[in-house]
Amino acid sequence: MIELKHITKRFPTAEGEFTALNDVSLTIGDGDIFGIVGMSGAGKSTLVRCLNLLERPSEGQVVIDGEDLCAMSTKELTRRRRSISMIFQHFNLLMQRTCLDNICFPMEIAGKKGPEVKKKARELLDIVGLPDKADAYPAQLSGGQKQRIAIARALASDPKILLCDEATSALDPKTTRDILRLIQDINRRLGITVVIITHEMGVIEEICSHVAILDHGVLQETGTVEETFSNPKTEAGRRLVYPDGVVLDQLPTSHVIRIAFNGSSSYEPLIASLAMDCQVKVNILGADTRNVDGKAFGTMLLGLPEDAGERERAIQYIKNQPNVTMEEVHDYHG
Amino acid sequence: MDELFGTLFGNTPLSQQIAYLQMELGSAIWETIYSTIVATFFSYVIGLPLGVILVTGEKGGVRPLPGWLMKVLNTVVNLLRSVPFLILMVMVIPLSRMIVGTSVGTTASIIPLICAAFPFVARLVEASLRETDKGILEAAQAMGCTPMQIIRKVMLPEALPSLLIGFTTAFITILSYGAMSGAIGGGGLGSLAINYGYQRQMYFILYVSVVILVVMVQVFQSLGTHFAVALDRRVTNKRSKSARKAHRGEKAGFQ
Repeated sequence: MIELKHITKRFPTAEGEFTALNDVSLTIGDGDIFGIVGMSGAGKSTLVRCLNLLERPSEGQVVIDGEDLCAMSTKELTRRRRSISMIFQHFNLLMQRTCLDNICFPMEIAGKKGPEVKKKARELLDIVGLPDKADAYPAQLSGGQKQRIAIARALASDPKILLCDEATSALDPKTTRDILRLIQDINRRLGITVVIITHEMGVIEEICSHVAILDHGVLQETGTVEETFSNPKTEAGRRLVYPDGVVLDQLPTSHVIRIAFNGSSSYEPLIASLAMDCQVKVNILGADTRNVDGKAFGTMLLGLPEDAGERERAIQYIKNQPNVTMEEVHDYHG
Repeated sequence: MDELFGTLFGNTPLSQQIAYLQMELGSAIWETIYSTIVATFFSYVIGLPLGVILVTGEKGGVRPLPGWLMKVLNTVVNLLRSVPFLILMVMVIPLSRMIVGTSVGTTASIIPLICAAFPFVARLVEASLRETDKGILEAAQAMGCTPMQIIRKVMLPEALPSLLIGFTTAFITILSYGAMSGAIGGGGLGSLAINYGYQRQMYFILYVSVVILVVMVQVFQSLGTHFAVALDRRVTNKRSKSARKAHRGEKAGFQ
């Protein structure tokens, strides 16, 4: 279990002190896939770096399995970090080493030697699906392949925790999905706690069990993904959950639903068939959808008609669609 | 005709100049190579760790050292770099006497070469190591590397191609400065060129010495660049040498 207790991080800048994190407290359970989401500059990267003390918090405690990392000696901390792996947006592989040697690296620095190191590295290459890339150099790989090697390297030290810092942000949508599947698979198979930092709600929606929303260094809300997405309680939450370009203040005060496409074959026919099959005309208030592999992902805000009967028909219809989830947007106009 | 010959090759008959060359050239080439290799070796013995410290020891580095110490190191390096080589050679004569027992000859000229070259090497190493991707350093720290492991297993291997380019630059610079030490009693091609070619006006010997120096520089530069490119795993065959060369940039001599 990871517990962040009242974490505050300040950076000195030319214009005085900048508070990157302000009294953030968070608990991440074992085996969770925990997403931390926020706009850029919200402090996500600083927060994830506090988990392995790459950034030392100005105040507060980082407690992992009951041990306070901040109180550890440098030596203890160095050893402790070997059970907390991290993958990065730009992969950060050693460019002058082969993929196999990159994967061996964490074992090497932990003082392991001999044939079992190479053997394990090869097994990890199998797990990430690149058994033929052992002798290739990172420069010869695509972005997605590099991230797979980075994941294999991260697993080499048998970590309990995997930190992902915008791990899919430099990848195209298809590769992003593949990498997320791999991370999910690793979480399930090996029971590794995963912490994902991202600015993309899609990533959270796809694999996370829990989410924390960070805005301007302040933790806005946290909970399970379903809870938070169906009923974002804060302004920052709503901004992230609802599609881009939706002006919240201009939405109707009621009868608004949010639907999320999680890989249905296409999203357009849904609106068309609502009109044709149910004779219900809905109003698209905002949409942020994308097509990955011919499947629809993303969210849409719909305004339903005033008539209660029509509304009920539409809701029932949408609920019966595969790979579409729906929730009512509660009145938040106060 | 004779006048033209005299202007071009000096008044000593060519046959006599060739006779001198046959006598001296072999040992001059050997002395140049010997002093360059020994001086380069010791310059790296001192300059490589110093260059590493200049990068890792600074604030926010892999292993920060006290600020005053870094200031002292930087000042020493800059001081030695700013003394003109000809003057430095004279200044370290007592040191040469102390270490090798004499202040003339090839071995004695190695001491001023090292004094001038190690700060230069330190800066070259510093420049190479600063190219290391910050993300890779962060990843290494996150994996639980000790500072020593980061230096030995991450920074130095990752910067190897760049270090090799720097090494070539240092070697060639030391080679050409070694030639200069001929002026104060060092050996090698430089002293051949100055003592015979310039002072005794045997211009043919001067030309030959210079041409051999030029050829040596060309050979070592090509070798250095070749190995640096061949060892660099970041460039696949498609991105060719030109990319590396552009990357190399201009590096001034140690004076």
